[in-house]
Amino acid sequence: MAVLPVRFTKTKRDKLAQVLWVLNWISIVTGIILFSLGIFLKVEINKRQDLMVERNLQSVPNMLIAVGLIACAINFLGGKICYDCVDTNKFLRWKLVMLPYIICTFFFTLSVLVGALMCYSMLGQLEESLTLGLRDAMRYYKDTDTPGRCFLKRTVDLLQIQFQCCGNKGYRDWFHIQWVSNRYLDMSQREVVDRLRSNVEGKYLMDGVPFSCCNVNSPRPCIQYQITNNSAHFNYDYQTEELNLWMRGCRQALLDYYTNIMHSIGLTVLIIWLFELSVLTGVRYLQTSLENVLRQGDPECESDGWLLENSFVETARTNFNIIKHLGKFNQINTASNGDPNIDRPSTAHYGPDNVPPKPSPTSS
Amino acid sequence: MVLLKLKFPFQKRVRLAQGLWLLSWVAMFSGAITFAMGVFLKTELYRRSEVMHNMDIHIVPNLLMAVGLASVGINICAGKVCHDSLDLSRFPRWKTFLPPFFCISVFFSSLLLVAMILSFALQASLEESLKIGLKNGIRFYKDTDTPGRCFQKETIDRLQIEFQCCGNTNYRDWFEVQWISNRYLDFTSKEVKDRVRSNVDGRYLLDGVPFSCCNPASPRPCIQNSLLDNSAHYNYEYQTEELNLYSRGCRQALVSYYMGLMNTIGPCVLLFFLLQMSILVSLRYLQTAMEGVLGQENMEIETEGYILEKGVKETLLETKEKMMKLFQLAQVGDASDATPGTEPEAEKPATA
Repeated sequence: MAVLPVRFTKTKRDKLAQVLWVLNWISIVTGIILFSLGIFLKVEINKRQDLMVERNLQSVPNMLIAVGLIACAINFLGGKICYDCVDTNKFLRWKLVMLPYIICTFFFTLSVLVGALMCYSMLGQLEESLTLGLRDAMRYYKDTDTPGRCFLKRTVDLLQIQFQCCGNKGYRDWFHIQWVSNRYLDMSQREVVDRLRSNVEGKYLMDGVPFSCCNVNSPRPCIQYQITNNSAHFNYDYQTEELNLWMRGCRQALLDYYTNIMHSIGLTVLIIWLFELSVLTGVRYLQTSLENVLRQGDPECESDGWLLENSFVETARTNFNIIKHLGKFNQINTASNGDPNIDRPSTAHYGPDNVPPKPSPTSS
Repeated sequence: MVLLKLKFPFQKRVRLAQGLWLLSWVAMFSGAITFAMGVFLKTELYRRSEVMHNMDIHIVPNLLMAVGLASVGINICAGKVCHDSLDLSRFPRWKTFLPPFFCISVFFSSLLLVAMILSFALQASLEESLKIGLKNGIRFYKDTDTPGRCFQKETIDRLQIEFQCCGNTNYRDWFEVQWISNRYLDFTSKEVKDRVRSNVDGRYLLDGVPFSCCNPASPRPCIQNSLLDNSAHYNYEYQTEELNLYSRGCRQALVSYYMGLMNTIGPCVLLFFLLQMSILVSLRYLQTAMEGVLGQENMEIETEGYILEKGVKETLLETKEKMMKLFQLAQVGDASDATPGTEPEAEKPATA
């Protein structure tokens, strides 16, 4: 009982082969698209390397790149096969290769699906990585003289300007860390000394933010310092003021940005997976119909194409038995002590009755 | 005296036609690319049109767009002519069309050269336009409540951040303008009153700049106010400090950006001009070679091709005479329309 059989005439077979040849070339293009999506994602993650704590984020773009390259190779081979399938003589060349090719392509499409699902699962890891990374970056904002951290100030400033965000969750995050380096603090001034003494760890904390938090759309010049002190500025109320600084936190901004990218990439990969699966189905039908043509002997006749010769259960059982026998072939039969001739049935022919003769009496 | 005569056997003619057909397709794509470059340049100029005083520089992208479109049409025609030149029955219909076609094509191709020259010549005009535009932008920075000027602050802030520049010529331009609106100044405070009184126009001037002048590459937090007062900040000297603010002026930044764009587009336009001219010259040779074949029974004879049948001076004189004749014909036509009665009167005395 074949799975989904379809009747194929000669013209229908030829048309199927031609259509599949074109689709395979389109699949090569989609493979290139996958490859470039992987490269794009890799570049985007590397650009913000400083703001992310190391996690296994590189695995997703690497997988996309590998899958893209393999897709190109597999579909190129598929195109060649389909091109040759129009002619029954040329098909004989590929007869033995086709079934392994189909099995390999099936597992490959599974890996494309895994790649698509990984895109969506990456977001959870990304959020954690960004939270920790941004917290550290803000902490080391002032360390522009420490090698290895001297570019963090510039990175954070450019991030806040480009993504229109301030701090980790909001601008108040800057109030809890010292972002002005001690090199630029006048320790002889009373005000500075007071501030340093006023908290446990001796940090210079103030209710001010860096200039990169300033909102470009504000109608008034930016208020960066003494943000929570209404009397320090004319006609200012920090509880109702919304346009002065960027209100969004950078973690949310970056997460939204990467979520958009990952969702688009995931959707594209899913569509490509469906396309590859349909091409694979077409190739399977082509293979089975051509094999049936060979079985029947007449190249012009109609033949059946199917996905599986027997039903799922029977095919699974047959394959399982094959694998079991493969295992048995290696086992030695230890019951006869290694002698291969014991228990072998006799092949001698003893006449029409097939009765072995009695042993002749011997003289004692 | 024929100009630049060349002999064309049949095979050479065929090869010329085929090569020219292929080349005209390449030129068509180049024309489309020229159009796209014109569109790109125009959008880039439009994006910063708020800080430009006049639109003189827009003639360069306009020319590029016009020539790009025209050349697409010209090259499609050229391709069609080449295609038909291999078939003697179809070629004659192009006969009257080709001479004005050549004139128009040469005119449009020369517009490319004009665009290139203008892009260099108008640099001074661009700089002047930016100078005035930026001056106005900085002057109206504070007027975020005046309709028509309320976006100047945002425009100037975004410009300074994106192009990494400060002020018109440098950051000191901000010291001469009141960039803080009176709405945010506390006129009861002594400091504000002193400052406003200290200058003739009653403006609140200070040695400070907006936050958009701050350089993110600076190792220390940005110093925006009291820039000329060394004692106001710890370990600060404004004469040697280079990284605190952007040191470049926005006028220079924008001019170098646009000049960079035009310098990249320039060589491409020149290449396209050379390609187009070579196509036109080859097409002229093909046309004159084919005219030698017309009317003959055997298509495979050898003919001559030339650029001009007579010398340059003689051709110019001929065209002038033709134009005069056309002009006179037009005049006579007008005269006979104006006085219809004179003719029958002239006939009357003859019959009488």
